Amino acid sequence: MFDFTEDEIKRYSRHILLPEVGGAGQKKIREARVLLVGGGGLGAPVGYYLAAAGVGKIGIVDGDHVELSNLQRQVVHSMADLGKNKAVSAKETLQALNPAVEVMTYTERLTSKNILGILKDYDMVVDGSDNFPTRYLVNDACVLTGKPLSYGAVFRFTGQVMTIVPGEGPCYRCLFREPPPPGMTATCEEAGVLGVLPGVIGLLQATEVLKLILKKGNLLQGRMLNYEALEMEFQTIKVRKDPGCPVCGENPTITELVDYEEFCRVNF
Amino acid sequence: MSVTVIIPTPLRSLTNGAPEVSVEGKTVREIIANLEKEYAGIQERICDENANLRRFVNVYLNDEDIRFLNDLETEIHDGDGLSIVPAIAGG
Repeated sequence: MFDFTEDEIKRYSRHILLPEVGGAGQKKIREARVLLVGGGGLGAPVGYYLAAAGVGKIGIVDGDHVELSNLQRQVVHSMADLGKNKAVSAKETLQALNPAVEVMTYTERLTSKNILGILKDYDMVVDGSDNFPTRYLVNDACVLTGKPLSYGAVFRFTGQVMTIVPGEGPCYRCLFREPPPPGMTATCEEAGVLGVLPGVIGLLQATEVLKLILKKGNLLQGRMLNYEALEMEFQTIKVRKDPGCPVCGENPTITELVDYEEFCRVNF
Repeated sequence: MSVTVIIPTPLRSLTNGAPEVSVEGKTVREIIANLEKEYAGIQERICDENANLRRFVNVYLNDEDIRFLNDLETEIHDGDGLSIVPAIAGG
Protein backbone atom coordinates (compact mmCIF):
# COMPACT_ATOMS: atom_id res chain seq x y z
CA MET A 1 0.00 0.00 0.00
CA PHE A 2 3.00 2.30 0.24
CA ASP A 3 4.43 0.94 -3.03
CA PHE A 4 7.52 -0.43 -1.29
CA THR A 5 9.51 -3.14 -3.07
CA GLU A 6 10.14 -6.47 -1.31
CA ASP A 7 13.70 -5.34 -0.66
CA GLU A 8 12.54 -2.05 0.83
CA ILE A 9 10.16 -3.85 3.16
CA LYS A 10 13.02 -6.09 4.31
CA ARG A 11 15.58 -3.29 4.57
CA TYR A 12 13.32 -1.02 6.61
CA SER A 13 11.43 -3.75 8.49
CA ARG A 14 12.79 -2.67 11.90
CA HIS A 15 11.49 0.82 11.23
CA ILE A 16 8.17 -0.33 9.83
CA LEU A 17 7.64 -2.43 12.98
CA LEU A 18 7.75 0.70 15.13
CA PRO A 19 4.24 2.11 15.58
CA GLU A 20 5.76 5.63 15.53
CA VAL A 21 7.21 4.98 12.07
CA GLY A 22 5.28 2.25 10.26
CA GLY A 23 4.83 2.19 6.51
CA ALA A 24 3.51 5.75 6.46
CA GLY A 25 6.53 7.05 8.38
CA GLN A 26 8.99 5.16 6.22
CA LYS A 27 7.35 6.72 3.17
CA LYS A 28 7.85 10.17 4.72
CA ILE A 29 11.51 9.31 5.27
CA ARG A 30 11.82 8.24 1.62
CA GLU A 31 10.28 11.51 0.49
CA ALA A 32 12.47 13.67 2.74
CA ARG A 33 15.23 15.90 1.38
CA VAL A 34 17.97 16.77 3.85
CA LEU A 35 20.96 19.05 3.27
CA LEU A 36 24.17 18.39 5.23
CA VAL A 37 26.46 21.36 5.64
CA GLY A 38 29.85 19.69 6.00
CA GLY A 39 30.88 16.13 5.25
CA GLY A 40 33.28 15.91 8.18
CA GLY A 41 33.06 14.79 11.81
CA LEU A 42 29.35 15.57 12.22
CA GLY A 43 28.28 15.17 8.59
CA ALA A 44 29.77 11.66 8.41
CA PRO A 45 27.58 9.93 11.02
CA VAL A 46 24.53 12.03 10.12
CA GLY A 47 24.85 11.18 6.43
CA TYR A 48 25.64 7.53 7.00
CA TYR A 49 22.68 6.88 9.31
CA LEU A 50 20.24 8.98 7.31
CA ALA A 51 21.22 7.01 4.18
CA ALA A 52 20.73 3.78 6.14
CA ALA A 53 17.36 5.06 7.35
CA GLY A 54 16.28 5.57 3.74
CA VAL A 55 16.13 9.38 3.48
CA GLY A 56 15.27 9.89 -0.17
CA LYS A 57 17.58 12.75 -1.01
CA ILE A 58 20.70 13.84 0.83
CA GLY A 59 22.75 16.85 -0.25
CA ILE A 60 26.30 17.30 1.04
CA VAL A 61 28.13 20.62 0.86
CA ASP A 62 31.87 20.51 1.48
CA GLY A 63 34.73 22.24 -0.29
CA ASP A 64 37.46 20.41 1.66
CA HIS A 65 39.46 17.33 0.75
CA VAL A 66 39.99 14.18 2.79
CA GLU A 67 43.20 14.18 4.84
CA LEU A 68 44.75 11.45 6.95
CA SER A 69 44.03 13.45 10.15
CA ASN A 70 40.28 13.30 9.32
CA LEU A 71 40.08 9.52 9.50
CA GLN A 72 40.26 9.46 13.31
CA ARG A 73 36.56 10.47 13.32
CA GLN A 74 35.10 11.09 9.84
CA VAL A 75 33.90 7.54 9.34
CA VAL A 76 32.50 7.86 5.82
CA HIS A 77 35.99 8.41 4.40
CA SER A 78 38.73 5.80 4.15
CA MET A 79 42.33 5.45 2.99
CA ALA A 80 41.32 5.17 -0.64
CA ASP A 81 39.62 8.59 -0.39
CA LEU A 82 42.67 10.64 0.64
CA GLY A 83 42.78 13.78 -1.48
CA LYS A 84 39.18 13.41 -2.70
CA ASN A 85 36.58 16.09 -2.14
CA LYS A 86 34.69 15.18 1.05
CA ALA A 87 31.21 15.49 -0.47
CA VAL A 88 32.22 13.18 -3.31
CA SER A 89 33.90 10.69 -0.97
CA ALA A 90 30.88 10.68 1.37
CA LYS A 91 28.50 10.14 -1.55
CA GLU A 92 30.33 6.96 -2.56
CA THR A 93 30.09 5.54 0.97
CA LEU A 94 26.42 6.46 1.36
CA GLN A 95 25.45 4.98 -1.98
CA ALA A 96 27.38 1.78 -1.32
CA LEU A 97 25.29 1.42 1.84
CA ASN A 98 21.98 2.36 0.21
CA PRO A 99 21.86 2.76 -3.59
CA ALA A 100 18.25 3.96 -3.45
CA VAL A 101 19.28 7.21 -1.79
CA GLU A 102 19.88 10.12 -4.13
CA VAL A 103 23.03 11.94 -3.01
CA MET A 104 23.83 15.38 -4.39
CA THR A 105 27.30 16.85 -3.95
CA TYR A 106 28.21 20.53 -3.71
CA THR A 107 31.98 20.74 -3.81
CA GLU A 108 32.27 24.42 -3.04
CA ARG A 109 32.29 26.37 0.21
CA LEU A 110 28.85 27.60 1.26
CA THR A 111 28.47 31.38 0.83
CA SER A 112 25.76 34.06 0.95
CA LYS A 113 25.73 33.86 -2.85
CA ASN A 114 25.18 30.13 -3.35
CA ILE A 115 23.28 29.02 -0.20
CA LEU A 116 19.73 29.96 -1.24
CA GLY A 117 20.06 28.21 -4.60
CA ILE A 118 21.15 25.01 -2.85
CA LEU A 119 18.64 25.26 0.02
CA LYS A 120 15.57 25.50 -2.20
CA ASP A 121 15.80 21.78 -3.06
CA TYR A 122 15.73 20.64 0.59
CA ASP A 123 13.20 20.42 3.43
CA MET A 124 15.65 20.77 6.30
CA VAL A 125 19.31 21.38 7.07
CA VAL A 126 21.95 19.82 9.33
CA ASP A 127 24.74 22.14 10.39
CA GLY A 128 27.94 20.15 10.70
CA SER A 129 30.26 22.98 9.70
CA ASP A 130 33.51 23.81 11.43
CA ASN A 131 33.53 27.61 11.64
CA PHE A 132 31.46 30.51 12.94
CA PRO A 133 30.86 32.41 9.65
CA THR A 134 29.22 29.31 8.12
CA ARG A 135 27.14 28.69 11.26
CA TYR A 136 25.68 32.23 11.23
CA LEU A 137 25.16 32.01 7.46
CA VAL A 138 23.28 28.70 7.74
CA ASN A 139 21.17 29.95 10.66
CA ASP A 140 20.16 33.17 8.92
CA ALA A 141 19.40 31.40 5.63
CA CYS A 142 17.23 28.84 7.44
CA VAL A 143 15.37 31.51 9.42
CA LEU A 144 14.79 33.63 6.30
CA THR A 145 13.52 30.65 4.28
CA GLY A 146 11.69 28.93 7.16
CA LYS A 147 13.62 25.64 6.96
CA PRO A 148 14.17 23.60 10.14
CA LEU A 149 17.82 23.36 11.17
CA SER A 150 19.68 20.91 13.36
CA TYR A 151 22.57 22.69 15.06
CA GLY A 152 25.47 20.60 16.35
CA ALA A 153 28.99 21.58 17.37
CA VAL A 154 31.97 19.88 19.01
CA PHE A 155 35.15 20.99 20.73
CA ARG A 156 37.67 18.75 22.53
CA PHE A 157 35.32 16.76 24.85
CA THR A 158 32.26 19.03 24.63
CA GLY A 159 29.31 18.83 22.28
CA GLN A 160 26.19 20.94 21.76
CA VAL A 161 22.94 20.12 19.96
CA MET A 162 19.81 22.18 19.33
CA THR A 163 16.93 22.01 16.89
CA ILE A 164 15.75 25.24 15.33
CA VAL A 165 12.28 25.51 13.83
CA PRO A 166 11.94 29.05 12.42
CA GLY A 167 8.73 30.80 13.41
CA GLU A 168 8.26 28.46 16.37
CA GLY A 169 11.31 28.57 18.61
CA PRO A 170 14.63 30.31 19.16
CA CYS A 171 17.39 30.38 16.56
CA TYR A 172 21.18 30.16 16.84
CA ARG A 173 21.43 33.95 17.24
CA CYS A 174 18.97 33.78 20.16
CA LEU A 175 21.44 31.38 21.76
CA PHE A 176 24.65 33.19 20.83
CA ARG A 177 24.02 36.70 19.52
CA GLU A 178 27.58 37.20 18.25
CA PRO A 179 30.53 34.99 17.35
CA PRO A 180 33.73 35.11 19.38
CA PRO A 181 36.50 37.22 17.88
CA PRO A 182 38.92 35.29 15.68
CA GLY A 183 41.69 33.92 17.87
CA MET A 184 39.57 33.86 21.04
CA THR A 185 38.46 30.30 20.46
CA ALA A 186 40.50 27.53 18.93
CA THR A 187 39.31 25.20 16.18
CA CYS A 188 39.43 21.39 16.39
CA GLU A 189 42.45 21.60 14.11
CA GLU A 190 44.26 23.63 16.76
CA ALA A 191 42.75 22.24 19.96
CA GLY A 192 41.85 18.64 19.16
CA VAL A 193 38.63 16.68 19.44
CA LEU A 194 37.93 13.22 20.82
CA GLY A 195 37.19 11.12 17.74
CA VAL A 196 33.96 9.58 19.03
CA LEU A 197 32.51 12.93 20.12
CA PRO A 198 31.18 14.07 16.71
CA GLY A 199 29.74 10.56 16.37
CA VAL A 200 27.65 11.06 19.51
CA ILE A 201 26.58 14.59 18.59
CA GLY A 202 25.99 13.77 14.91
CA LEU A 203 23.69 10.89 15.80
CA LEU A 204 21.72 13.11 18.17
CA GLN A 205 21.28 15.46 15.20
CA ALA A 206 20.26 12.54 12.95
CA THR A 207 17.69 11.52 15.59
CA GLU A 208 16.24 15.01 15.54
CA VAL A 209 16.10 14.97 11.72
CA LEU A 210 14.10 11.72 11.75
CA LYS A 211 11.76 13.17 14.39
CA LEU A 212 11.30 16.29 12.26
CA ILE A 213 10.49 14.11 9.24
CA LEU A 214 8.12 11.87 11.21
CA LYS A 215 6.68 14.72 13.27
CA LYS A 216 7.05 12.56 16.37
CA GLY A 217 8.32 13.14 19.88
CA ASN A 218 9.68 16.24 21.54
CA LEU A 219 12.34 18.13 19.65
CA LEU A 220 15.34 19.83 21.22
CA GLN A 221 13.56 23.06 20.53
CA GLY A 222 13.84 25.91 23.00
CA ARG A 223 16.53 23.94 24.79
CA MET A 224 20.11 23.00 24.06
CA LEU A 225 21.76 19.76 25.02
CA ASN A 226 25.30 20.18 26.27
CA TYR A 227 27.38 17.00 26.46
CA GLU A 228 30.59 16.67 28.47
CA ALA A 229 32.26 13.41 27.45
CA LEU A 230 34.86 13.33 30.23
CA GLU A 231 32.23 13.66 32.94
CA MET A 232 29.67 11.71 30.87
CA GLU A 233 27.14 14.42 31.69
CA PHE A 234 24.24 15.54 29.53
CA GLN A 235 22.79 18.89 30.57
CA THR A 236 19.74 20.47 28.97
CA ILE A 237 19.56 24.22 29.23
CA LYS A 238 16.67 26.52 28.35
CA VAL A 239 17.00 28.69 25.26
CA ARG A 240 14.42 31.42 24.89
CA LYS A 241 13.38 33.20 21.74
CA ASP A 242 15.07 36.59 22.04
CA PRO A 243 12.63 39.40 21.14
CA GLY A 244 15.71 41.47 20.24
CA CYS A 245 17.20 38.79 17.99
CA PRO A 246 18.54 40.52 14.86
CA VAL A 247 17.18 37.83 12.54
CA CYS A 248 14.11 36.25 14.18
CA GLY A 249 13.18 38.95 16.74
CA GLU A 250 10.34 41.46 16.69
CA ASN A 251 12.22 44.07 14.67
CA PRO A 252 14.82 42.16 12.70
CA THR A 253 17.75 44.13 11.30
CA ILE A 254 18.97 41.21 9.19
CA THR A 255 16.44 40.72 6.40
CA GLU A 256 18.85 39.37 3.80
CA LEU A 257 22.11 37.47 3.90
CA VAL A 258 25.26 39.45 4.67
CA ASP A 259 28.99 38.82 4.28
CA TYR A 260 29.60 36.43 7.15
CA GLU A 261 33.40 36.41 7.00
CA GLU A 262 33.20 40.17 7.41
CA PHE A 263 30.52 39.91 10.13
CA CYS A 264 32.75 37.60 12.17
CA ARG A 265 35.68 39.99 11.80
CA VAL A 266 34.13 43.39 12.36
CA ASN A 267 32.38 42.60 15.60
CA PHE A 268 35.68 43.06 17.37
CA MET B 1 26.85 31.27 49.88
CA SER B 2 28.86 28.66 48.06
CA VAL B 3 27.83 27.37 44.65
CA THR B 4 29.20 24.85 42.22
CA VAL B 5 30.31 26.37 38.94
CA ILE B 6 30.61 24.07 35.92
CA ILE B 7 33.64 25.08 33.88
CA PRO B 8 33.47 24.48 30.11
CA THR B 9 36.31 22.65 28.36
CA PRO B 10 37.82 25.80 26.76
CA LEU B 11 38.27 27.45 30.19
CA ARG B 12 39.61 24.46 32.10
CA SER B 13 43.20 25.39 31.37
CA LEU B 14 42.56 28.25 33.83
CA THR B 15 41.16 26.01 36.60
CA ASN B 16 44.01 23.50 36.47
CA GLY B 17 41.74 21.15 34.54
CA ALA B 18 38.95 21.12 37.14
CA PRO B 19 35.54 20.56 35.48
CA GLU B 20 33.73 22.20 38.39
CA VAL B 21 34.77 24.46 41.22
CA SER B 22 33.11 25.70 44.37
CA VAL B 23 32.91 29.50 44.72
CA GLU B 24 31.49 31.95 47.27
CA GLY B 25 29.19 34.82 46.31
CA LYS B 26 25.68 36.26 46.60
CA THR B 27 25.26 37.27 42.94
CA VAL B 28 26.61 35.98 39.64
CA ARG B 29 28.84 39.06 39.43
CA GLU B 30 30.37 38.27 42.84
CA ILE B 31 30.87 34.65 41.84
CA ILE B 32 32.76 35.66 38.70
CA ALA B 33 34.88 38.16 40.67
CA ASN B 34 35.73 35.46 43.21
CA LEU B 35 36.48 33.00 40.42
CA GLU B 36 38.95 35.55 39.07
CA LYS B 37 40.68 35.80 42.48
CA GLU B 38 41.32 32.09 42.48
CA TYR B 39 41.81 31.50 38.74
CA ALA B 40 43.37 34.61 37.25
CA GLY B 41 42.35 35.31 33.66
CA ILE B 42 38.96 33.62 33.74
CA GLN B 43 36.92 36.82 34.12
CA GLU B 44 38.04 38.34 30.81
CA ARG B 45 36.99 35.15 29.05
CA ILE B 46 33.44 35.57 30.41
CA CYS B 47 33.03 39.36 30.58
CA ASP B 48 34.10 42.18 28.28
CA GLU B 49 36.04 45.35 29.23
CA ASN B 50 32.78 47.01 30.36
CA ALA B 51 32.17 44.12 32.76
CA ASN B 52 29.20 42.86 30.71
CA LEU B 53 28.70 39.24 29.79
CA ARG B 54 30.31 38.50 26.41
CA ARG B 55 27.74 37.84 23.66
CA PHE B 56 29.16 34.42 22.81
CA VAL B 57 29.19 33.17 26.40
CA ASN B 58 26.04 32.16 28.25
CA VAL B 59 25.78 31.68 31.98
CA TYR B 60 23.00 29.49 33.34
CA LEU B 61 21.67 29.48 36.88
CA ASN B 62 20.52 25.88 37.08
CA ASP B 63 18.99 25.57 33.58
CA GLU B 64 17.96 29.21 33.08
CA ASP B 65 19.95 31.80 31.10
CA ILE B 66 20.83 34.64 33.51
CA ARG B 67 20.08 37.16 30.71
CA PHE B 68 16.43 36.26 31.27
CA LEU B 69 16.82 36.58 35.03
CA ASN B 70 18.67 39.57 36.46
CA ASP B 71 21.80 39.18 34.35
CA LEU B 72 25.01 39.47 36.40
CA GLU B 73 23.01 40.78 39.38
CA THR B 74 21.03 37.52 39.56
CA GLU B 75 21.01 36.31 43.16
CA ILE B 76 22.36 32.93 44.10
CA HIS B 77 20.75 30.62 46.63
CA ASP B 78 22.01 27.59 48.48
CA GLY B 79 22.13 24.52 46.31
CA ASP B 80 22.14 26.47 43.02
CA GLY B 81 24.43 25.43 40.21
CA LEU B 82 26.04 27.81 37.75
CA SER B 83 27.11 26.69 34.26
CA ILE B 84 29.25 28.64 31.82
CA VAL B 85 28.47 27.66 28.21
CA PRO B 86 30.50 29.30 25.44
CA ALA B 87 29.87 29.10 21.70
CA ILE B 88 31.89 26.35 20.03
CA ALA B 89 32.14 25.77 16.30
CA GLY B 90 33.94 22.49 15.58
CA GLY B 91 32.36 19.96 13.30
